[in-house]
Formats: sequence, structure tokens, C-alpha cells
Amino acid sequence: MNIHEYQGKEILKRYGVPVPVGKVASTLQEVKAAAAELGGRCVVKAQIHAGGRGKAGGVKLASNPEEAVAKASEILGKNLVTHQTGPEGRQVWHLLVEQSVNIEREIYLGMVLDRAQSRVTVICSSEGGVEIEEVAAKHPEKILKETIDPAVGLQPFQCRRLAFALGLASQLIGKMVVMMQSLYHAFDDCDCSIAEINPLIVTKEGQVMALDAKMSFDDNALFRHQDILALRDLNEEDPREVEASKYELSYISLDGNIGCMVNGAGLAMATMDIIKLCGGEPANFLDVGGGATKERVAHAFKIILSDTRVRGVLINIFGGIMRCDVLAQGVVDAARELSIKVPLVVRMQGTNVELGRKILADSSLPIISAETMAEGAEKIVQAVK
Amino acid sequence: MSILVGKQTRVLTQGITGATGQFHTKACKEYGTLMVSGVTPGKGGTSFEGIPIFDTVARAVSETAANVSVIYVPPPFAADAIMEAADAGIALIICITEGVPVRDMIRVKRYLESRSSQLLGPNCPGVITPGECKIGIMPGHIHRPGTIGVVSRSGTLTYEAVDQLTRLGMGQSSCVGIGGDPVHGFEFVDVLDLFNRDSGTEAVVMIGEIGGSAEEEAANWIRSHMKKPVVGFIAGQTAPPGKRMGHAGAIISGGRGTAREKIEAMKSAGIRMASSPALIGKTMQEALGKL
Repeated sequence: MNIHEYQGKEILKRYGVPVPVGKVASTLQEVKAAAAELGGRCVVKAQIHAGGRGKAGGVKLASNPEEAVAKASEILGKNLVTHQTGPEGRQVWHLLVEQSVNIEREIYLGMVLDRAQSRVTVICSSEGGVEIEEVAAKHPEKILKETIDPAVGLQPFQCRRLAFALGLASQLIGKMVVMMQSLYHAFDDCDCSIAEINPLIVTKEGQVMALDAKMSFDDNALFRHQDILALRDLNEEDPREVEASKYELSYISLDGNIGCMVNGAGLAMATMDIIKLCGGEPANFLDVGGGATKERVAHAFKIILSDTRVRGVLINIFGGIMRCDVLAQGVVDAARELSIKVPLVVRMQGTNVELGRKILADSSLPIISAETMAEGAEKIVQAVK
Repeated sequence: MSILVGKQTRVLTQGITGATGQFHTKACKEYGTLMVSGVTPGKGGTSFEGIPIFDTVARAVSETAANVSVIYVPPPFAADAIMEAADAGIALIICITEGVPVRDMIRVKRYLESRSSQLLGPNCPGVITPGECKIGIMPGHIHRPGTIGVVSRSGTLTYEAVDQLTRLGMGQSSCVGIGGDPVHGFEFVDVLDLFNRDSGTEAVVMIGEIGGSAEEEAANWIRSHMKKPVVGFIAGQTAPPGKRMGHAGAIISGGRGTAREKIEAMKSAGIRMASSPALIGKTMQEALGKL
């Protein structure tokens, strides 16, 4: 789960990371009040869950409250298109009005899981303000790393090593150690999957500060963070994905026209792949899970069909634990209830498959049956042509 | 022959009184697995399907000599269950539970560094040696005893591959699901190494998916160590970047972990890649010169 910059900064501040003074605003009046409170000179920043806001015109400097309002009106309620939003962009509902600071230097600081080591890694770079992937590709020598031992946490010597390697002046080293350790405490406490400060700045006055904050959380750990769960912004998510998550269905929208319903994530990905190999385009990823009931199958159907681009549906189920007869009944009931107008191909294999096929055949619904995965994919691709 | 588990394996179920634990313990017992005990704190002294239940893993081990544990406890308690099993000296811990927080698994892996236990999973289907021992949630009836080793990050896609092998007359020595989470126990390399040394395994099917770099690491290892033919498939060739495809670990982030990178690494290591998930069995036939 992702959160906004202003929410991330509020969390980081609680853990002792210095952040600029700022206030979130969702109306022009609030922008004006916040700017006045900051003494006039301020930065207005669009709050969307995507990077590249600055380049896209989503971050503006103002020298007085009136100018802040004028700049804010160019962003608030508008669609912001950055290289991460896709061409459709994201609508801006909130702005962060923040104290403007005198930047001396920009640094990158991030923490992320290193899967190969099963540990959290701190990543630093003197190239702040640019995407770390870009730095890693062009200047790998500018990427500095320290791996954190979970038994003891991030140690001061590791932070010092990074700070000295960044070439920071000696009076800044202590401040940087505090900054890094605070970020790790936040990362660990909140079950983050990513915590990124880019840029971390050194001000002309000799302070270190988080000028931006990107925090992302482990979905599997949200059960123990109700406060973080409350920060979820549904405006930032695909409505069909939100709907699916209510029924514990794992759904992801894609660009094609063949809807898929599969049990198991690996098989669901493989089903998308085989549709593509047969010359079709999958409209979605959908894992109904192992114990899919009749009701879940029906919900899955509704979500797939709510995508108006869908011209046909392929159901691919390998019934191990899930019985094919139960699935078939769920499909038949849902197809009747929703009076499905597009071609439907069902490929079932596994426990009680004969019984399942009989239920489909006896239903007198125009369901196309397939024995193998390849046959199922070929039939649905033909059917939508 | 086989790897990890066989006829002599003595299995303990942690979370034996939950719905999932009961269902699969029963199914595994019916398959012929030696299910010797169960653990649910507070339910010690009772039994399920004739299997004695204990309050602690240590007690279950001392009373029933269990050497493998299978875990079905809910995600918030899974890390604790794994560590309890390790502390009790269980040799192989198989965690089926899906949804264990990454932070918990980071701590578990650190804990296991000082223990002799090995961990399979979490978020995995388990392991089966056809005809001898089934531990986990895979459907037993699609498997046949034979000489093909199967290792995979997926559940149902593994069943699909196994089904293809069985239909083409190729039985399996053992099938191992290493799981779909970013932090887990056994890696591809660990399982490949076991298959490499197992006299009963003639060739191996390796099924990977997007996210992380385990497949690339496995490809590197295979290039210099593997003496047996390997057939591979990578799921998620059409997956968009930045989206988690069901499995917590199946995500292309920062442009890394794509199917293309993995397929190229595996091909260059001499692995015969199935171009379609429907051709995994057929590709194995080709690799064995049976076509």
C-alpha cells in the first residue's frame, strides 16, 4: 500500500526525521491560509501516488499567499501526467503547502528489502533528486549500500561510513546518523516495503532535511497497523482492484479484451501469457484463490465484466483442492444471473472434472469447453476475433 | 529415490485444529504420509483422526519423534511457529501459510542462521514424493512415482506441469514448491543441488516467475554445477511493471525481475525453456530425447 508524501512526512517526523514545515490543503482557501502561516514564501506540491511530479509541473514555488493560490489553481483538481502515471494521468485532490528551503546539496536516501540477502538494505547516493534506478544504470559507482542485521538494527558506524562516503562535512555526520537511524526505525516499526527520501537535502544553514518522502507498506502486515491502513486513498487505486480486494480476489487491470479467471497466481500469469502467445490480449490478472466459493466466482465474474473492453472470458481452473463440480455450478449460476453476452470458454482440470463438465454441458448455456490450457486459449482468442 | 521426504518421514502438523490444518492433515494421512502428531497450544492431550495433539512442538517431538513439521497457522502467528519448530530441532520445516509479513520472515531467517533446521516456504504448496509421502496442499492424485524432479515458486502452475508430465508418462521423483514470497527458506539452488545429487532424479523442471533474481542465480549455478537436463518456464511474460501479481514476490520493480531477463539467463545456462505453459511436459520429452 502506498501513501502520499504529506502522510509519509507526518510519519517520519514522529520518528525524528527533520522535515520542512508544511500543511496539506484541499481547497484554495486552505492553500492561502497555509501560505500565510508560512510567511508567504512557500512551495505548492501536488499529492499523487506517482513520482516525476516536479518535471510534470506539479511542484510550484510562490513568494506570497496570492501567488500560492494562483499556482495552486493550476494544479488542484487537474489531471497531472507524469512518466509514472500513464497518459491518463492522476487527478490532484490534495496539495502540500510547504516552507521553501535554501538547498545546498541534494542526496538520495532509501531503504528497501534486498531479496537475495533477506535483509533490509540502506541505499545512498550523492545524486539526489534523480531516480535511483537511473543512477544505478548510469553511475553504479555512485550507489552506496549497507545491509542491516535484523538482530541489532542499523548501527551508527554503518551510517557514519555512508555519511563520510557521501563527502559530508564533519559537523553534518552526527545529524546524518540520526536521520538514517530514524528512517530505519520508521521502516521497521511500520512494516515498510520502501522508504525513500529523495531528495534528502543539506540546507545552506547546515541542516539535513527530508524534502520528499515516499513510503510503501507490506500489505501482509497491515493487519497490525490500523493507523496506516486509515491513510489508504482509494482515489489513487483502480476501482475494479478496490472492489476485488473486498472479496479477497487478487485482480489487476490490463489493456486487452480477454477477461481471465484463474485459481493460483502462477497459473493466472501463465494464462495471460498463453493468451498472448495465441495472438490475444488479456484484459486482467485474476486469482480467485484456492477455496473459491460460488459467491466468489460470481463476484469475480462481475468485476471482469464491469470492464467494458472485455469481449470474451477464459476460465482456467486446475482443481486440486477446489472441486471442479463446485466451480462449474458457480460459473453456471453466475452466467445465468448476469446473463453473460460475451463468449465464455471454460477449461477445468483436476478433482471431479467429469462431474464439472457435465454440469456445464447440461446447463444449456453457450459455454465453450476446453480440455487443455492451450485449447482454452486458442478457443477464446478465436471467439473474440 | 527422492529428495527431502519419503516413507520414513515423521510429520507433525502445527495448527492441526484449524479448518485448513484438519483438511490437509487428513488428506496427507490418506495419501499414506506418516502423520505422527499435531500441535495447537491449549489443545494438548486431545487428538484428531487418531493423531495425538500436544501443546508445544518440543513435547510433540520428544513424544513422537517427528522430524518434519508442516505449518498451517494464520499469518500473524506463522513466524513464531517456524521458530518454535526450529528450537525443537525439527530438521525440515514446511510453512504453507500465505500472507506472512516480510519483517517477520527477515527475523525468522536470522534466527534460523544459528539453527540446523531447513525451511521450505512460506506461501508454498509443500513437497511430495509420489507414492510415498505428501506434505502440503497439492492434489496427490495427479502425481506418479518416477524420475523427474519439479521445483517451482507457484502452486497451481506446478500442478499443471505435473499433470502434463504424468499424462505423457513421466512420473516424478519429488515435487517441491519453494513459495511465492520475497523472503523464504529453500531457494531454487538448494533444491536443484538436492536433485543433482539424487540418483532417482533424471531431469528437473524448474518453474519461476517475475520478481527478484532467484532464477538468474539458479541459472548461474546450473551453468557450472548441474549434471542433469533442466526444463524451465517463467510465468508473467505479459505482466506489467510495478504491479504485484498475486504472489507477494511477483513484482517487477525498478525495471528488474522481468520474465525476459530470467528467460535469457536461463537459456544462456543451457536450460531448455518451454515457450508456452502448455508445453512444459513436451519440452521435457524433447530434453530426454523421447520425441
